[in-house]
Order: sequence, then C-alpha cells, then structure tokens
Amino acid sequence: MSESFSAALTQLGPESDVVITSRVRFARNLRGFPFTSRASGPVRQEVMRLVRRAVEQSGPHADAGCNLRWIDLQTATPRDRQLLCERHLVSKHFASLDAPRALALSSDEHVSMMINEEDHLRIQAIGAGACTRECFERAAGVERDLARTLLFAFHERWGFLTACPTNVGSGIRISAMLHLPALTLLKELERVKRAARELHLAVRGYHGEGSDSLGDLYQFSNQTTLGATDDALLNEFHGSVLPRLVQYEREARTAAMEKARVRIEDLVHRALATLRSARLISAESAVRDLCRVRLGAVLGLLPTDLATIQRLLLQVQPAHLSVLHPQALEGDETERELRATLIREGLG
Amino acid sequence: MKCDLCNKPAVVHEVIIQGGKSTELHLCAEHAIEKGLAVPAQQPLADILPALGGVVKVEGVIGKGQQQARCTACGCTFSEFKKSGSLGCPACYDSFMPMIAHVIERAQAGATAHVGRSPAPSKDAERVQHLRSKLMRELEQAIAAEQYERAAQLRDELKALDAAPQVRDE
Repeated sequence: MSESFSAALTQLGPESDVVITSRVRFARNLRGFPFTSRASGPVRQEVMRLVRRAVEQSGPHADAGCNLRWIDLQTATPRDRQLLCERHLVSKHFASLDAPRALALSSDEHVSMMINEEDHLRIQAIGAGACTRECFERAAGVERDLARTLLFAFHERWGFLTACPTNVGSGIRISAMLHLPALTLLKELERVKRAARELHLAVRGYHGEGSDSLGDLYQFSNQTTLGATDDALLNEFHGSVLPRLVQYEREARTAAMEKARVRIEDLVHRALATLRSARLISAESAVRDLCRVRLGAVLGLLPTDLATIQRLLLQVQPAHLSVLHPQALEGDETERELRATLIREGLG
Repeated sequence: MKCDLCNKPAVVHEVIIQGGKSTELHLCAEHAIEKGLAVPAQQPLADILPALGGVVKVEGVIGKGQQQARCTACGCTFSEFKKSGSLGCPACYDSFMPMIAHVIERAQAGATAHVGRSPAPSKDAERVQHLRSKLMRELEQAIAAEQYERAAQLRDELKALDAAPQVRDE
C-alpha cells in the first residue's frame, strides 16, 4: 500500500477538466445483528469474521472482477490509516476509531469496503473523471458476490436497512468531486449550490462532511436514497446532474476568460511561481496553488501536465510525503521543506 | 442565508410564482416543516428531529409514552435515536412505527416506500437448503439402520450448517 499510488486519484478520466473523481457506495447491514454503534466488541468481531469469509469465498472470478485484500485497521500503523484517509478510502472517523474494524481493498484501489463503519458494510468504487456508471457496476458486483453468502437486512417497505434513516432504501450514494474555480470566481457557486439542493443533492468540501472548499473542489452527491430504483438514481446523476454541472463550469470558464482574462492569468501564473519558488509550504497552500495551476493547465494558459498535478495533489498530503521520505525527521518545518522540494522537482 | 421567519440558517429555498410574479422563500428546517415543505437530507438528522418532534407532538402522533418507546430486539429507545440520529438494529424500523415513518419521509424528500430491487434469491441458499434436507434424510436412515457412528457424523455436519447463521439458509 505504502509504495503504490492510487490509480483512481492519479489518472485522468472522462471530463477530467472538471471532474476529478467519481464514487459510488452501497451501505449494507447484516440481518440479525445490531448496527455498529450498538454492537459490542464480540459482535463486531463476528461481523468481521462473516464478511471476511464471504470476501474470501467470492474469489478472482467474482462479479467484481477483483480480489479484495483484507486490512485490519486495529493493527494497521497510524501512517497507513492516514494514507487510506488521504486516498478517500476510509473516513476520518473510521481511521481514528478504537474498535474492531477492517478495510477490504482491491489491488488497483478502485474497489474498497469498510467493515464496521456506521453500517456493517460500506462498499465503494472510485474512479478517475466522470465514470459513475463504471463505479456503480464494480460496487454492485461486490455487493452481488457478497449477497451469495451474506444475508442483508431488508424491509419490504423501507428496502435495505441502514443505521441512519437518511441512507435507507437503495443505500446507494453516488458522488463526484468537481473542480469549480470559474463558478467560484464569478460568484455563481451559491446559485449552483441552491439549484443542487432543489435537485436533492448534497454539496460538500474536499474532505467530505463539514469541510471547506479547499482548492475550489466540491463533492456533489444524491441526498435521497428511497423511492427510486438503482437505474433511476444512476441515470439521473450520470445522465443529467453531472453533465449539467460540467457544462455550468465550462460556460463559466469561457465567460471568465472573456471578462477577466488578466485576473485569471495573474492567479494561475502567481500560483505556479509560488510553487516553483517556495522553500517551505503547508499542505493546504500546496493544494490551493496546485488547483490554480490545474485551472491554468485546462485553460491552456500553462503547459503543466494535468496528470502531474493529480499525482502531486496526493503526494503533498502528510502521510504520502512521509512514505516518500521515511528517513526524514519528524517536524513541521522539515515536512514543509520536503513538500516544497517535491513540488519544485515535480513541476520542473 | 438566514431563514425569512427567524435567525436560523435557511435550508429550504423555494421560488413561488403567482400571478406572473416570483417570490423567493428561504426557510430553516423547523419553519419548512411547519409550511409542509421537504427538508433536504443533508441537514444533519439531529437538526431535523427536534423540529419534527415539536410538529408531530402538536399533531398528537407521538405521545410521551411513544417517545420512550423501546425496541424489543436491541433496547434502543426513540429518544436515544433522536439524540444520536442512529438506530440500534434493523428491528428498530418496526419498533418505532409510526414515528420512524415521519422521520424517513421528511429526510427522503417525501418518498414513502422502497421501489428498487430486493436481495436476489441465492443459489447458495438453495444449495444449503438442499444439503440440509439430504443430510436429514440420511440421518433418519442411519438411525433406522442403527449406524450410530454415521449418525453422529451426520449430526456434526448439520450442526456446522446451523452454526453459520449468516449463510443464506431460508
């Protein structure tokens, strides 16, 4: 895990000028057991044992088309837990819990499953660019495999049962991380957020719930999970919502270039200059400036390669940095110095 | 943006067009529920629940006794759920009817029932069921033939099947 880099987060996919990643997750619980928050240590261990057995039984020819590797979060090192968090494979809450819990992860890190999070199972597929359909197929494949040996809690009226009633029904959350610098610049984002809420979409920042909009990165996801089939949810998000959001941002970029070209040029060149000159830089400043350079690259104002920026956005995170420099002494200034050097070398 | 009727943050935004004139409406969860509008689910459930409790109380649906309703399967009370936003177990959904129906419908933009797929019937479940009935028949035959060693072995095999409650065995 430490040496590899998540393909989903460092590659480029469809509509990658606006869409960074797509994600689909299924929430499932085992029938006959209390939900995680009310489960004792032995019950959580039993849930892990049953799920692990089901994962091992699904094998390489399973619907998911992958083998899932089992990572026990209780015995994982703090750095590995942080790495998983930075790759959006586990939530902050899940990484820091002190209870029996695990992550099952495919070798390409596109498919993962948290065991004993808020729900017994959180099956997730993540991919680069606008690829919610592919993510859905992979996550659904894992769910189908597991359903051969596990009984999921299901209710005739409410569908798949979840610890929180906001996830009940399909238990499916479809989301996309979007880079919306032009809508932000034109102060159109509030209008877009309002429209999104009317379409029953949730809008969050870079690190999920409660986080700010660092780097003008926003995560859009469906709020409602009840009363629509899987196909209807997917068609609405992939076929309607996502293309509209991409179109809004592209139109805003065109308009911004007409109205405020010099301001944008100043913003992106200044960011590149900072990244090429800085000797000490925090993770937050690095993400902000890398995202501005990203804008410059997609607008053709800077020659920087988008894939390089994607890779750096991940590598500048603290745990990833410590993987590249395992021998480095701990300390804030050393970390900021190593980050600045990494970026300078990366951008050439 | 603040609620039009109080100082709380607005979570529901509606544009009402009447007689060719459009009026914007911005309401907090509490006032949106009062006006009968759906509250977005991104609103933390803990914010919706107190507001909902108030409204439902007025309607007389949830009495004091029902607030103390306890799930017979896991012991979770409705008050605990209101506090944490998390139910205790799958059986809570039935234990807390009809209160839970109000919560779900508000949080799910008015949806009242699941319309998607059900868990697919499993071939493994059929296989386990078939295996169980075969073992049972063999056990009866072994006992009838006084083959006690064989019978003990078959009993162990049946026990092994029963010991896996999560293996589909319906």
